[in-house]
Amino acid sequence: MSERGPASRGRIAARFLRHRGAAAGLAVVAALLLVALLAPLLSPFDPNAQDLDSGLSGASASHWLGQDKLGRDLLSRLLHGSRISVSVGLGTVAVSLSIGLLAGCASGFYGGRTDHLFMRLCDVLMAFPGILLAIAITAVLGPSLRNVLIALSLLGWVGYARLIRAQVMKVKEMEFVESARASGSPPARILVSHVLPNALSPIIVESTFGIARAIVAEAGLSFLGLGVAPPAPSWGAMINEGRHFLFVAPHVAAVPGLAIMATVMAFNLIGDGLRDAMDVRD
Amino acid sequence: MRRYLLSRMAQLVPVVFGVVTIVFLLIHLIPGDPVEIMLGESAVAAQKEELRRDLKLDRPIAAQYAEFLGGLATGDLGVSFRSREPVLREILSRFPATLLLAAASLLVAVSIAVPLGILSAMRRRSWLDHLSAFLAMLGLSMPNFWLGPLLILVFSIHLGLFPVGGYGTARHLVLPALTMGTGMAAILMRMLRSSLLEEIHREYVRAASAKGLSRRAAVLRHALGNSLIPVLTVLGLQFGALLAGSVITETIFSWPGIGRLTIQAIDARDYPLVQGCVLFIALCTVAVNLATDLLYSRLDPRIRYE
Repeated sequence: MSERGPASRGRIAARFLRHRGAAAGLAVVAALLLVALLAPLLSPFDPNAQDLDSGLSGASASHWLGQDKLGRDLLSRLLHGSRISVSVGLGTVAVSLSIGLLAGCASGFYGGRTDHLFMRLCDVLMAFPGILLAIAITAVLGPSLRNVLIALSLLGWVGYARLIRAQVMKVKEMEFVESARASGSPPARILVSHVLPNALSPIIVESTFGIARAIVAEAGLSFLGLGVAPPAPSWGAMINEGRHFLFVAPHVAAVPGLAIMATVMAFNLIGDGLRDAMDVRD
Repeated sequence: MRRYLLSRMAQLVPVVFGVVTIVFLLIHLIPGDPVEIMLGESAVAAQKEELRRDLKLDRPIAAQYAEFLGGLATGDLGVSFRSREPVLREILSRFPATLLLAAASLLVAVSIAVPLGILSAMRRRSWLDHLSAFLAMLGLSMPNFWLGPLLILVFSIHLGLFPVGGYGTARHLVLPALTMGTGMAAILMRMLRSSLLEEIHREYVRAASAKGLSRRAAVLRHALGNSLIPVLTVLGLQFGALLAGSVITETIFSWPGIGRLTIQAIDARDYPLVQGCVLFIALCTVAVNLATDLLYSRLDPRIRYE
């Protein structure tokens, strides 16, 4: 393995765009980001405006996706809900990745006692499966966007840190790093200029899957009433409200359900495409 | 093997200690006074004092921690502050339901993943492989809290085949097990496919074919066994995720397991019970991971001699 240059990045981009699933995923994510950005302009109604007389109505000319139990416009709630999903997805990955980078680099590059302590901490945190710890933390802290971010990041960094540690340990033994060391570069510069850029591929792939995981986790917490506080239109909370009316108004749960599925699938497809394009092994 | 077992057990001590410490600290994360939050603002001072004494929150944190550890050593997870029952008794009464659901979900996952994984590896790049890849992507992208209501809509409301929720008969088990098993099936299927593809191209499989064994027999008799070893690890690791996932699935289907108990405890602000449930699920996960490691080392002796 040698250091990756611009030509190599060009080849990766070309390979990625040839992956049909990944290109479709990218289009969906681009649309999602645009919708999240422009939600207040695109929404036909205030997402929290109630119209109790027409609660659970189906699609109509004025309410394209119908209305929920309280007569709120589902399309407007869906569009505004995308902002919550995008913020949690990107926010959780940004925070987790920042902590993971610091911890993984320190642990993998310097080794020794730091590494030992780090690995034991990871073992402890990984004993809490899935979103169990996030459920417990949001249960005691209370539902809010900030608390969801805290709960998901507290556990989310572990996976990144372990991956970064493994990558750094692998790359730091390579010849070009040896020669940088021999030429007298200080350790911090070797880490930032030589090791990290060549350890990034699996981290980028994992971050893409991480966004999907964070979106599902937030929606799961909101489904349980532990995520973003009502009446904020979280997609998970919308499914929970709608599941009680499956018999009379299945669209209330179906609309946010399809949105989550499409979003998660898009990020997963991008992740798969990046993994193939960057030739990252599982 | 015994030496390996002892070394793995020794590695677990700090993990269990860390898990217990985090769970202990949970109740101290509550912003404000936990007693006031549990009882509500209308509670009188005497009630608050009684609960504070019951939860031992009136003592220094070090003493509380020591008592928490001492209680755990004797199987005492405290008392549910709503039902006044010992927390461990409440959890153990719900555990069989969760275990049954987890086992059924595993069965669903394996029944879907193994045949599809084998077929898509043997017929790589065929329509069947593409279909399996699509189904796996669908399974991975469909969260429990969306698949569950969808299955209820189709199989309970429209077709009337299964009850919408509850517990007691095999028919009650089908939809929750499908809900939890589908995502896991997708993970296992992808894993088995890539693991089998790697084995198929090894020399021993080619040698078996060269000796006159059909390709199908060479794959099924020789490659499959070895390709299942990494799948088993994923299966073990996913079991913990199943226990955590039961919180959502059990809520959807009113399944009386630990997951639903956790949510009921959260709704009732019964924090000793929340602590107990979280600790129990985490320790079960640690135990299953250990069992998986041991089984893995049994199947692949290179692991324990490293």
